[in-house]
Amino acid sequence: MHADPKGVLTGVHFIDGDHAACEGALAAGCRFVAGYPITPSTEIVERFAHRIPKVGGVFIQMEDELAASIAIQGAVWGGQKVMNVTSGPGLSLMMEHLGYAFITETPCVWIDVQRCGPSTGMPTGPAQHDMMQVKWGSHGDFQIIALCPNSPQECFDFTIRAFNMAETWRVPVFLMMDEVVGHMTERVDIPEASEIEVVERKWTKKKPGEYKVYETTPEDPVPEMVKAGDGYRIHVTGLTHNEKGYPDMTVPNQERMLGRLIGKITQNAHKLVDVREDGVEGADVVVVSYGITSRVAMAAVEQARAKGAKVGSARLVIAWPFPAERMKEIARTAKVFVVPEMNMGQMVQEVERAVAGAAKVVSVPHAGGSVHEVDTILNAIMEAAR
Amino acid sequence: MAKTEIRVGGLGGQGVILCGSIIGKAAAIHGGKHATLIQAFGPEARGSACSAQVTVSDDVIGYPYVKNPDILVLMSQDAFNQFIPQLKPGGMVLYEAELVKPDGKLPEGVRAMGVPATRFAEELGRRLVLNIVMVGFFAGVTGLLPFEAVEKAVLDSVPRGTEELNLKALKKGYDFGREQAV
Repeated sequence: MHADPKGVLTGVHFIDGDHAACEGALAAGCRFVAGYPITPSTEIVERFAHRIPKVGGVFIQMEDELAASIAIQGAVWGGQKVMNVTSGPGLSLMMEHLGYAFITETPCVWIDVQRCGPSTGMPTGPAQHDMMQVKWGSHGDFQIIALCPNSPQECFDFTIRAFNMAETWRVPVFLMMDEVVGHMTERVDIPEASEIEVVERKWTKKKPGEYKVYETTPEDPVPEMVKAGDGYRIHVTGLTHNEKGYPDMTVPNQERMLGRLIGKITQNAHKLVDVREDGVEGADVVVVSYGITSRVAMAAVEQARAKGAKVGSARLVIAWPFPAERMKEIARTAKVFVVPEMNMGQMVQEVERAVAGAAKVVSVPHAGGSVHEVDTILNAIMEAAR
Repeated sequence: MAKTEIRVGGLGGQGVILCGSIIGKAAAIHGGKHATLIQAFGPEARGSACSAQVTVSDDVIGYPYVKNPDILVLMSQDAFNQFIPQLKPGGMVLYEAELVKPDGKLPEGVRAMGVPATRFAEELGRRLVLNIVMVGFFAGVTGLLPFEAVEKAVLDSVPRGTEELNLKALKKGYDFGREQAV
């Protein structure tokens, strides 16, 4: 289906990534946010609070991050599309409810505008410090999807994509922004509502009495949903549950439930991964990057090519699930992977794991607070190409 | 690929960010170029020093920050003192002539031009539009962007009911800039 025109600010804009992400959410049909604003994500909820009365929906400022991250999940079961907006310190507090969204299969979008950590760190300093936290930070075993925009335009486009993926797979979907992407202002083209594809929730057609809240088939591991108050008796819990949603804390049921939940992503990873490649075929050196770093990396790749190096770029548009199979394939021809990140070396560990010694992997860390210098990445490429 | 890096500096309340935003908007929306605006966050945004970084390019912009600007647009002495050392050799300095005194601190080979933007704005009736005078001056001196593109960007950016005043301010700065550039 197409976007509801009420939420779509069609036109050409000069706005920052935070505002663009908010517009993406509105275009995707997000009509409820419970927020606890934090730098550098504040402008997302600020704009949402400003826009939502005209679009038709609700913004609530909550008392803390725990309340924010669970109130949105209540709204999902009330039928709304929602997003959870925060930055590192807030995300740490929300980790309990990330697991809850996963086990209850509550479709929701989480936007993390990453800043320097650890702890309070540098609130207005960019970083890519939370890449592993979103993958592993909540206790128990879980899976998420994480998209990495590198421009305000992509903040708009990828937020819509994140909402569509959340509805399709019923897992928390992360938009991994950073302070630069969030606060940089660039041209953003917002199309007509009729040109924006929006995935509707997978509502059941079954009658009350026939419907089981977590019933699935071997062909389709994603259950159908209903809305609280529509006459269906449903039970939603963070305990290990059966098809009816009731606690069923047995070893076989735990295995069945968790196997399906994890499998939704791991067995469909080939459909989900998105690597944007440039000149990877025949390259000796391949630069793997994501988010704002991918733009700086591309500038370095172009300079390295001008110096005669055979270098390609593989940009992780989706960091989670990680494109391990593709990395393995690239390692058959590439000699060295160069991995710049605005952290002390996080996704590089995934590259190393996937490549498993078939090629050399070089980390180009940055503690954060600024993007890499082009020269830093260029030097790493030239060193690798020697 | 032609790339121009600009730093706009001044005090909170002078419209420094809007000045940068209009230049970026004129380039990216009305001028057929790429533009990236980065604004200073932190204490700068709350009353004291304030600055914006604008990159205008024919090609996609990779590195988003402006470290060594080609052009400085300065509206306070503090901004002048802070940013002059960063200017590229042979770069250009455009400054508010009554608030900034270069006093021989300009590096050799730098083109520096002043405009009494605050006074012009006051003569037009509102001191507030000094940043639009600066935008006009920038457009007139540099010729980086077509006047029409800047005009449209101003109209997109200013509150309703103030269009006429702002366009006058833009034209005033632009004409003064054209004269200086000759």
